[in-house]
Amino acid sequence: MTDTQTKVREFIQDNFIMGARAAEFGPADSFLDLHLIDSTGFLELITYLEETFGITVKDEEMLPENLDSLQAIDAYLARKLAA
Amino acid sequence: MLLHHDFEASLRRHPSKVALVCGSTRHTYAEVDLRAREMASALQRRGVQRGDRVALFLDNGIEFVAGVYAALRLGAVFMPINPLTKSDKLAYMLADARASVLLTSDVLSPAWSAILDPLGGLHTVFVTGALRTTPASPDPRVLAWPERVAAGPEGSVVGDTIDQDLASIIYTSGSTGFPKGVMLTHLNMVSAACSVSSYLGLRESDVVMCALPLAFDYGLYQVLMAFSLGASVVLERSFSFPVKVLEVMVHERVTVFPGVPTMFSMLMALDNLARFDLGSLRMITNTAAALSDMHIRQLRDLFPQATLYSMYGLTECQRVTYLPPDQLDIRPTSVGRGMPNEEVWLVDDDGKRLPHGDTGELVVRGSHVMRGYWEKPEETAKRLRPGPIAGEMLLYSGDLFRTDSEGWLYFVSRRDDIIKSRGEKVSPREVENALHSMEGVYEVAVVGVPDEVLGQAIKAYVTLKPGARLTEREVIRHCLARLESFMAPKFVEFVDTLPKTDTGKIKKTGLG
Repeated sequence: MTDTQTKVREFIQDNFIMGARAAEFGPADSFLDLHLIDSTGFLELITYLEETFGITVKDEEMLPENLDSLQAIDAYLARKLAA
Repeated sequence: MLLHHDFEASLRRHPSKVALVCGSTRHTYAEVDLRAREMASALQRRGVQRGDRVALFLDNGIEFVAGVYAALRLGAVFMPINPLTKSDKLAYMLADARASVLLTSDVLSPAWSAILDPLGGLHTVFVTGALRTTPASPDPRVLAWPERVAAGPEGSVVGDTIDQDLASIIYTSGSTGFPKGVMLTHLNMVSAACSVSSYLGLRESDVVMCALPLAFDYGLYQVLMAFSLGASVVLERSFSFPVKVLEVMVHERVTVFPGVPTMFSMLMALDNLARFDLGSLRMITNTAAALSDMHIRQLRDLFPQATLYSMYGLTECQRVTYLPPDQLDIRPTSVGRGMPNEEVWLVDDDGKRLPHGDTGELVVRGSHVMRGYWEKPEETAKRLRPGPIAGEMLLYSGDLFRTDSEGWLYFVSRRDDIIKSRGEKVSPREVENALHSMEGVYEVAVVGVPDEVLGQAIKAYVTLKPGARLTEREVIRHCLARLESFMAPKFVEFVDTLPKTDTGKIKKTGLG
C-alpha cells in the first residue's frame, strides 16, 4: 500500500468506521458499495484531500472513478499532483 | 386489483421494452419478470406462504425489484429495509415483523451475519453477490441467490390474495425510539400509485431517474408507478456522486427526476450545471421536506423545460398533497392540496373541522390510508380514528398545517419531536439511545438544527461522567457504527449540565 493510500485509509478509519470493519476493506474496494462512506462523508473526504494534498477537486472530477476506492484516489492524486 | 397486476399488463404489452437500467445493464420487462418468477419459485420451495413477511435488505438493483414482485405474486408481504441500517435495528425489525425470509447481499453481511441466531422464525436468507465477506457461513439458512431456478407452475403462485391483504410493511421512525411497521394493503398501494401517477401525468414513454433508495417509500413508488404504466426506470445506487447521476440522466434521456431537497441542494452547489444537456427532462418532483424559495427559483431557471411539483406525504399513506405547477408562482411555499380520490382537512385539538385560514392537524381520508402499525394497537389508535362513515378510519397525520383563504396548505410543524434530515425521519430518542451506550457518556439531548443542505442537521448535547474524555469525532463514529448514517450527529457539543424541567427531565426548548 502506498503512503497516500495509508493516509487516506487512516482518515476513513478515524472518521467513519469502527471495529472489525476497519480492517476489512482492500485498496480496490468501493466505499459506496461497502457503505463505508455516504454522500455527506464523500464531501468530508473531498475537503480532507484538498487540505492535505493541496489540490482542488473540480466538480467534474467528483466521480467514483476518482474517489470511490483507495486505489482510485491514489491514481487521481498522482495525476493531479503531476499536472 | 393487486399491486403487481398492472406490471403484468405492461409485461404482456411489451415484454422486450427496457424496464430497468442498472449501471451498464439493461433489463427488459421480460427479464425483470423472469428474475421475479425465479425468486418466487425459490421462495415457494422454501415454504413461503401467503401473508409471510419477506424482508428486503438490499441496495438499489434488480434483486430488490425482483424480490418485491416475487413476494407480491406469492401473496407474501415485502418489507423494505434501508441498507444503511445497522445490526441492532435490523434485528429489531426482523424480530418485530417475524420475518420468514431475508433477501440481502454479501456486502451488507457486517449488519446481518451476526444477528441470525435468535431469529427463530427466519428460515431463509438469500444472499446476492459473491458471499466474499461471509466465507462459508455455517448457518444452513444462508443460501446463494437463486438463479436459473425453474419457475413454478403458473397460477399456483398467485394464491388467494385479494386487495385487502397486506402487500408491504414499511418501517418508519417513531418518537419512542423504536421503529413502527406501517401496514399497507394492495388496495392502499394501488390507490396511492394511481392518484400520484394521475396528477403527475406520468406516461408510458417516461424514463424515470431513481437515485432515491428503494427502501424509502417514494423511491419504491418510482418503480411501482413506472412499471404500472410500462415506463422505464434508471436506478442509481446513491446520489453521492451527483455529477455521475447527471451524466447518466443525459445519456438515458431521463424525463422525470424525483428528489428530496438535499439532492437538489447538492445539485445547486455544482458549477456549470448548464453544460449537461437535460433537454428531455420534463418533470421534477420534490418530497420529504419543502424546497426553499431560492431552490425553487434556481431549479426553474436551470430547467425551464421541466415542471416542478412540490409535494408532501408520509409513510402512513405515502402521499397527501401536491402543488399544481401553475400555482408555484402564486404560492411557492404551499405544499398544495389533496390529490385525486382523497379528502384532507384540518382539525383543532378537539377534532373539530377548521375553516380556511386556520392552523390545525392535517387529517387524511382515502383508500391509501394504512391499516395501522404492525402489532402496535396503541400507536395505531393514536393515528387512526373513526371517520364519518361507520367502520371507516381516518389518518391523523400528527403534522400541523395552516390554510390560506382558498384552502391551500402550508406546513407549520410536526407535533412530535421527529427531526427531518436529508429527507429522512430521525427519532431523537433513537440517537440518544445510541449515545447512552457509549462509555463515558452521562446525559444527552438530541435536537435538529437548521442546515442548508440537510434541511435539519442532528446536534447532540452531551455531558460526560466524571473523568471521562471524549472527542466530537469519537462520538460521531460511535453513532455511525450503530445508526443509519443520516441519524448520526453532525455536531456534538460537550456541556457541563443540561437544562431540566421541575420533574428533572431534560428540557430541550432553547437547545439548538
